[in-house]
Amino acid sequence: MKPVREIRSRTVVLPVENVDTDQIIPARFLVTTSREGFGKALFADWRWEKDGRPKGGFALNRPEAQGARVLVAGRNFGCGSSREHAVWAIQAGGFEAVVSTAFADIFRGNALKNGLVPVQVDEATHARLVEAPGEEVAIDVEARQIALGRVRSPFPLEPFARYCLLNGLDELAFLLSREREIAAFEAAPAPWRSP
Amino acid sequence: MEGRRTLLEKIWDAHLVSAESDDTPAVLYVDLHLVHEVTSPQAFADLRARGLRVRRPERTVATMDHAIPTRSGPDGRRAPAEGAAAEQVSALERNCRDFGVTLYPVGDDRQGIVHVIGPELGLTHPGSTIVCGDSHTSTHGAFGALAFGIGTSEVGHVLAAQCLLQREPKTFAAEFDGILPRGVTAKDLILALIARIGTGGATGHAVEYRGPAIRSLSMEERMTVCNMSIEAGARAGLVAPDDTTYTYLAGRPFAPAGEAWEAAVARWRTLPSDDGARFDRVERIDASSLAPMITWGTSPGMGIPVRGVVPEPDGDAGLEKALRYMGLEPGKPLLGRRIDVVFIGSCTNSRLSDLREAARVFRGRKVAPGVRALVVPGSEQVKREAEVEGLDRVFRAAGAEWREPGCSMCLAMNDDRLEPGQYAVSTSNRNFEGRQGPGGRTFLASPLTAAAAAVTGAIADPREVLR
Repeated sequence: MKPVREIRSRTVVLPVENVDTDQIIPARFLVTTSREGFGKALFADWRWEKDGRPKGGFALNRPEAQGARVLVAGRNFGCGSSREHAVWAIQAGGFEAVVSTAFADIFRGNALKNGLVPVQVDEATHARLVEAPGEEVAIDVEARQIALGRVRSPFPLEPFARYCLLNGLDELAFLLSREREIAAFEAAPAPWRSP
Repeated sequence: MEGRRTLLEKIWDAHLVSAESDDTPAVLYVDLHLVHEVTSPQAFADLRARGLRVRRPERTVATMDHAIPTRSGPDGRRAPAEGAAAEQVSALERNCRDFGVTLYPVGDDRQGIVHVIGPELGLTHPGSTIVCGDSHTSTHGAFGALAFGIGTSEVGHVLAAQCLLQREPKTFAAEFDGILPRGVTAKDLILALIARIGTGGATGHAVEYRGPAIRSLSMEERMTVCNMSIEAGARAGLVAPDDTTYTYLAGRPFAPAGEAWEAAVARWRTLPSDDGARFDRVERIDASSLAPMITWGTSPGMGIPVRGVVPEPDGDAGLEKALRYMGLEPGKPLLGRRIDVVFIGSCTNSRLSDLREAARVFRGRKVAPGVRALVVPGSEQVKREAEVEGLDRVFRAAGAEWREPGCSMCLAMNDDRLEPGQYAVSTSNRNFEGRQGPGGRTFLASPLTAAAAAVTGAIADPREVLR
């Protein structure tokens, strides 16, 4: 994982609530054994006509959306399935952060494990961002702040997740370093932990 | 109250390799890891790339369910997976062989939807921690287990370390008073809760389903309830174990036996939440006031009683979008609305009792002209048991398709899909746009309500059809 310290980018605004993982990446694109090649799959049914032409009205297809690395979306983003492919597809689409007022739990966890920053902001900050599509924002992971113009707003990020983002560390290395404790736990009696 | 713990807290505490602090999440031990073909290949690839083994293959069980076909070929046997789905199937076979993981592949008499086979094989134990790369892992919470879905990175973590880094969920008591009326099922109960609290209503929480209405449910009904916890945004759903649980589990292949069984039950009896234990949130619903439910929109929270009317959006952009996608008018009833497809199956409603309920409606009736009805058993075992009872003959005589076990039309990842614009009444768990096929439109309901739609060709109140 690459370290993530600061993201400065224009935004793409998708002002839809409850964006579910079936919209982010429809299940038919999950029939693969790879982590790659999901760029076209991102929001496939909202973004492309059946013949593959881009749907004109969709936010990600507008000219000003090209090259944007921050996606602003409505409440409860990423609800639905546990598919990490949703995060891989968003990253394949060039995004490094998603801003919403609330994230579904599994999506949030998956995002952090891949260095995609879930930026959870209050309603007022969200409203300002929604009203300013294409504006540049600055997301500071260390300070846990997002800035739009001169207005800075905090977002929650627990210390461990922040540490992993800033240092590009993945959780598996941390878990493997706890081998001694895991082995001790397994050695302790626990009759209900059969088979 | 101090020292009085909830079911969740008891399971949590018993699985802490190390407790959480401000700086680090807890290291939580995983008792059972269920694996399927779609969300595991990249995790096994990570293990290979890092030169790691599966730490506890004996705590890991794999099957195939999501991408495999459920139709039969010309020879009467299940059609083989093709293309990329075949690659996922062969990758899972190779990974399980190389890493020493038990696999129940297509063709094995224990194969089935991962959340159907875990309980029926007796792998799902009260008080245990269970994970799977699938959000409906919450199903296993019906046994008083802490069970939740994880992403592919975490699948890799559990394979390699048998642990996960987790923060303790908040606790949520969903209290169901009274008893469900006749014709109102576990599916209606959970759809009613989600309609009330919304699809993000339980985010960050583990929901414990409690009260007399829950206690009176069978294990299969409790599984239906816990299954859709994720549709309320919950991290997990749980029901405290009781004699219903122990009666279900006793004698199953992987349930403890003999003295170990007695010891396990004694331990499990200490699991229910202590009297006076505090929950972060409480929601009360009178089960006796509930009616058969159906969703009208594109989010599982958009549910109404089957005799109700489609709500007015009142300027809500989300509701307007859902109405447009579904091609519905606000203020109108759904009852009598023509449908094209009925899907009875999925990890929510594909167990024997679900099929029996559907068969009550199909028996002596015909699938309405122009309607396609699929009945997809959740596992090989469910299929065998249904066939012993003659349920397959009831479905076939009515004109419904009787399929091989798998996820089928729940998620449009295999051959079974809606055509654009089609309306389906489905016993599955998600009505998202395109969930059952691009452009397809889903009404979620119970097996009774779905079967009633199949035989009338329209959305119907099963209580009327069965009268």
